[in-house]
This record gives sequence, structure tokens and C-alpha cells, in this order.
Amino acid sequence: MRILGVSAFYHDSAAALLEDGRLVAAAQEERFSRRKHDARFPAHAIDYCLAEAGIGLDAVDHVVFYDKPFLKFERLLETYLAFAPRGFRSFRMSMPLWLKEKLFQKRLLREALAKHGPHVDWDGRLLFSEHHLSHAASAFYASPFDEAAVLTMDGVGEWATTSVARGSGSSLEMQREIHFPHSLGLLYSAFTYYTGFKVNSGEYKLMGLAPYGEPRYRQQILDHLLDLKPDGTFRLDQDYFDYCTGLTMTNERFDALFGGPARKPDERLTQKHMDLAASVQAVLEEAVLRLTRSLAEETGSRNLCLAGGVALNCVANGKILRDGRFDRVWIQPAAGDAGGAVGAALAAWHLHLGKPRESPGGRDAMRGAYLGPAFSDEEIAARLGRCGARFTRLGEEGLLARSAADLAAGKALGWFQGRMEFGPRALGARSILGDPRSPTMQKTLNLRIKYRESFRPFAPAVLREDVADWFELDCDSPYMLLVADVVPGRRRAMTPQEQALFGIDKLNVPRSEIPAVTHVDYSARVQTVHRETNPRFHELIARFKAATGCPVLVNTSFNVRGEPIVCTPEDAFRCFMGSDIETLAIGDCVLSKDEQDPALKLDYKNAFEPD
Amino acid sequence: MFSLLNELWRFLRTRKKYWLWPIVVVMLAIGGLVVLTHGSAIAPFIYTLF
Repeated sequence: MRILGVSAFYHDSAAALLEDGRLVAAAQEERFSRRKHDARFPAHAIDYCLAEAGIGLDAVDHVVFYDKPFLKFERLLETYLAFAPRGFRSFRMSMPLWLKEKLFQKRLLREALAKHGPHVDWDGRLLFSEHHLSHAASAFYASPFDEAAVLTMDGVGEWATTSVARGSGSSLEMQREIHFPHSLGLLYSAFTYYTGFKVNSGEYKLMGLAPYGEPRYRQQILDHLLDLKPDGTFRLDQDYFDYCTGLTMTNERFDALFGGPARKPDERLTQKHMDLAASVQAVLEEAVLRLTRSLAEETGSRNLCLAGGVALNCVANGKILRDGRFDRVWIQPAAGDAGGAVGAALAAWHLHLGKPRESPGGRDAMRGAYLGPAFSDEEIAARLGRCGARFTRLGEEGLLARSAADLAAGKALGWFQGRMEFGPRALGARSILGDPRSPTMQKTLNLRIKYRESFRPFAPAVLREDVADWFELDCDSPYMLLVADVVPGRRRAMTPQEQALFGIDKLNVPRSEIPAVTHVDYSARVQTVHRETNPRFHELIARFKAATGCPVLVNTSFNVRGEPIVCTPEDAFRCFMGSDIETLAIGDCVLSKDEQDPALKLDYKNAFEPD
Repeated sequence: MFSLLNELWRFLRTRKKYWLWPIVVVMLAIGGLVVLTHGSAIAPFIYTLF
């Protein structure tokens, strides 16, 4: 039996295909359409999933949409009513969208699906899951646990913004919810907006900015914005926010509380913005820890599953793990809305159809998140040839030797191997890699290759067997969703002058033996690399270790700022020619920048709208 | 449109929110007017609440 999960129409559209309960393919639409956070119906992602399984849409038994549009409409109406007459302008602007499109989502879905499978009666096959149930199912059913407590947190789904569930075998029982407008995700997004970043994509930046600041506004947030109870439940004081009725996240009272208007995206970042980032991060961590502590007490479970956009806050995730209330924490790698496609399909399989769940035996169902398209070596060579690329085919041994040597020589390496990752992180299938020991690598990658803000940190990919020698972490973190500190023995002591530095000035001070992946507070967003899920990437790092003694590489996504991560060899070649990546290892082909036709160089610096 | 109204009615009945029905109808009517007088359906908001 085959089930297709679909998330669409809000942000990060995606499709995922289950065959007899096993996840065989999943991909985000943005990777194919080349439009970041593409919210349109995921026609290309569906085509890919079907092609991967070698079937047509008529062979799919159920299509499951990841949320319930009518419930969202109900929330919308009740919110407008509760705040009326405020919010009329917002109502006037949103109604056309609902009346023309969103209320007719079932019909839209049927019509879109009919293009893929014209002779199928979709009425009986089209199902709708609830947004937070989809998140919870993606967290629990895909996890390596037989039983677990499940916590999902995001901006908002239909009504729920935070939910607690209990998973055991094939059952998943939603137990409690916190409803809109009270939302940790929206609180974080409000500060993302106020500090001048884009809501829905700039939250990572705010998290990255936090270690440069001091949490000076923490108490102010707790006193005025967030009523946080001992068990982690909370309420937001809507007097300071505008998102229920207006067109922005925050209002004048919020501005007055923090001493000025929101930062414009092109304005300079100051210490105040860093302090705000540190403060909201501290508050978020406190709220999340209170929630997980009460959940541990209440359920008695030693396993925790997380999903929803807030679960992408890997700093908070690391604190949950170190808090020790749960022995094991598993976070769905596609914790945002894209992962809702996986969860919707899994919820239909186990809950709607009542299919049993085999014991996962300690292994998760995401298969390293390598669930997207792959290309054979022959196909890659043919496609690169058509692009005008000059390359050498080296075979496995030559490819690894050359790649490891280039990395050890300090070069930036584009690494395109095997199936593309599902979720927001590049995990060694569509990655740009570098030497973490280099004190200039972070700046080079940020400014000359990714074209992004200089303060943003990079993540280390480390051999699983060596992780505890380098980081204060001794468990799997295959999806780069846990933050841990570099071990004290590998840190570099600061001089008194360096310690006196503030804000971004701290950035240029090397903090450890691997400065390119060590944030200013010694933290790192760790990815453990496992031979079982990505043998070629594992071997590459092992070779780099043999050459340098260091089992760690810088791993960042293969794209420039504002561009979706590359999907095809052509995307990779264009990004290679549009940035300062020096070597590209793609399948068994290796490309050197200095051997390429200069006429094929592209200007990628301004090719994409900044995120 | 009638099938939509029918589905909405069934939805409100399941949710036991009968009190929303007249509001839905009035809002749909007002919303319909807004659509008729304006035109393009463009997402208005920085956060996709809607």
C-alpha cells in the first residue's frame, strides 16, 4: 500500500511517499522549482517521489494533506471576532485569498492531483491530518523509540502552537495543546522581525546572533510579554503584538518597551540587537526546559521526540539533552512544515488505517534524511558535459584521495554525492566542505562563497566514533540538531584584551583548534557522521583525519544566500561557477575552478533575493 | 459554492460551533463583496497565519 503525504500552500511545500509504511522518498518543492521556501502545490516533488518508486499516481492508495484548512478558517474568524473592530484591514486583505483559494483547498488538491492521475476518483482517497498531529507523527513514528513523550512547538498550525502527545507502538495520543495566539514560535518570530530579519527564515540568524549578546532583556520579556508558568505553559500579552490583527509582528508598545522601532533589514546590527537575540533565546530555552521537565515528570518516559519549527532551535535542543530529564532525545530532521508531509503519511498509515508499527530497534526511519534524488555517475558526466564543464573522472579511490587532499590544503570543496537530503540541513550529500582548523575559513565561506552575513557560524561534521574527543557530546546527532561545546582541552584561552571584546569583534578571535566551527561561546552545531548512512562522506572525513589528525570538517549547505540547496548536477555546476568554491566533487567527477572556461562564470552574489 | 457551504455546515456541526454559522455566512458575504470590489488575491502578511 502506498501513501503520499503532501504539505503545501503556506511555506516549504513538500511530498513524501510511504510504501507499506516505509519511507521511500521525500523532497521539498523548492529544490526543484529553485524558489526558496516555495509554498506552491509540490508538483515536482510528487513527480520525483513517484519516479523514485517507479509508479504513477494511480498506484497511490491515499494522498494525505498535512493540515485542515477549515480549522484554520475557524481560527481566523474567531480571532477577527475576538479583536473586532481592530483588524478590519487585515481581514479585508486576507479574505480574498481565502475566498478565492484557501477555502477551496480540497478542490485545488483534487484538480492538481488530477493532472498527475486523471483517471482516479480522489474523493475517497484524499485525507486531511491535523497540523500538530502531522508534526507529532513525523517525530514519533519516524523515531528510533518504541515509546516516547512527544513535544511539538511551532508558530501556529490550525489552533495549536504547542502540543504534547504520548507515543507507544503504533498509537499516538495527543494529550494537550496550547492554542493561538499564545505561541513560542511567534514570540521568537516577533524578535526575528524586530531585529530586522525575515520571519520564517531569519530565526536561524537570530539564534546565531544570540551568543554575541548578553540576555539583558530577559526579565523584561518575562515581566511584560510572556507569562510563563512553572510547568512551562504560557500566555503572550497581546497588547505588545500585532500579528492577530495587523500586518506586522510587533506594535508601538513593543517598540516602546525595547526603546525604539524595529531594525530595518539594511541597518547595521548593534550590540542591542545581539542582546535582544540573547534574551529571547534565553527565554525560549527556559520555557522549553520547563515544558520538557514537566513532561518527563508526568509521563515517566526516558525518550523524547521533538518536531515543529521551534525544534530546529538546536541550542535549545542541546540544553534539553544536557538537562538529563530524558536519556534520549530524537528530533525530526525536517522539523518544519516540510516534515508535515512525512508525518501526515505516517499518521494515515498507523492511525487511520490501523497498521501496526514494527519495533524500530533503535534505528530511525529517516535513513539519514537521504531521501531525495540521486544521479548515477554516467548521468552526472553527461549532464556536466552538456553544461560545458571540464572535469576528470577519478573513481571512488581517486575521488576520496583528491577531495581529502584539497580539504587539507585549505580549499573549499563542493560535495555532491548520492541522494539529496530532506529537511533544511545539508548533511553531506549537497554540502560545501572546508578545513575547520583554518582561522580564516569562516570568513571566507561566509563572504566569498555563501555571500552571507559575517557573524553566522558554521557547523562541524565529525566522525561518530570521535565526537566525544572533540565535543561535549557522546550520542548520535546525525541531523545537526544538537548544539554542544567544544571540549575544554581543545579550546584556546583568551587573552585579557580578547576577553574584553564585544559583539562581532569577538568573531575574529580563534577559540579552539577548530575555530571555523567554534562559535563565540565555544558551542558548535554538531553533525555526527555514520558509516551506515553515508559511507562515502564518512570515508572522506576518515581520510582527512588520516592526513591532518582532525576528524572534523566544516559542513555547510551547497548554495549561496537566498538560493535553495542544489538538487541537480546543473544546479551544483552553476553554484560552483557563481561562487569561490575551488573544487567540486560530484559523483566520481572532480572539477577544478581554475580549469573551467572563464566565460561560464556567473554572478551569483546578487542572483537571489536575500533570505 | 454550494458544496463548500455544505462542507462548512458539516464542519461546524462536527465542531459544535453552530453559533459561527451566521457569522460565516455574513463574513462570506462581506468577503465576497471585498473580492468583487478589489480583485487580486495576494497574501498580505509577513507571517503566513492565513
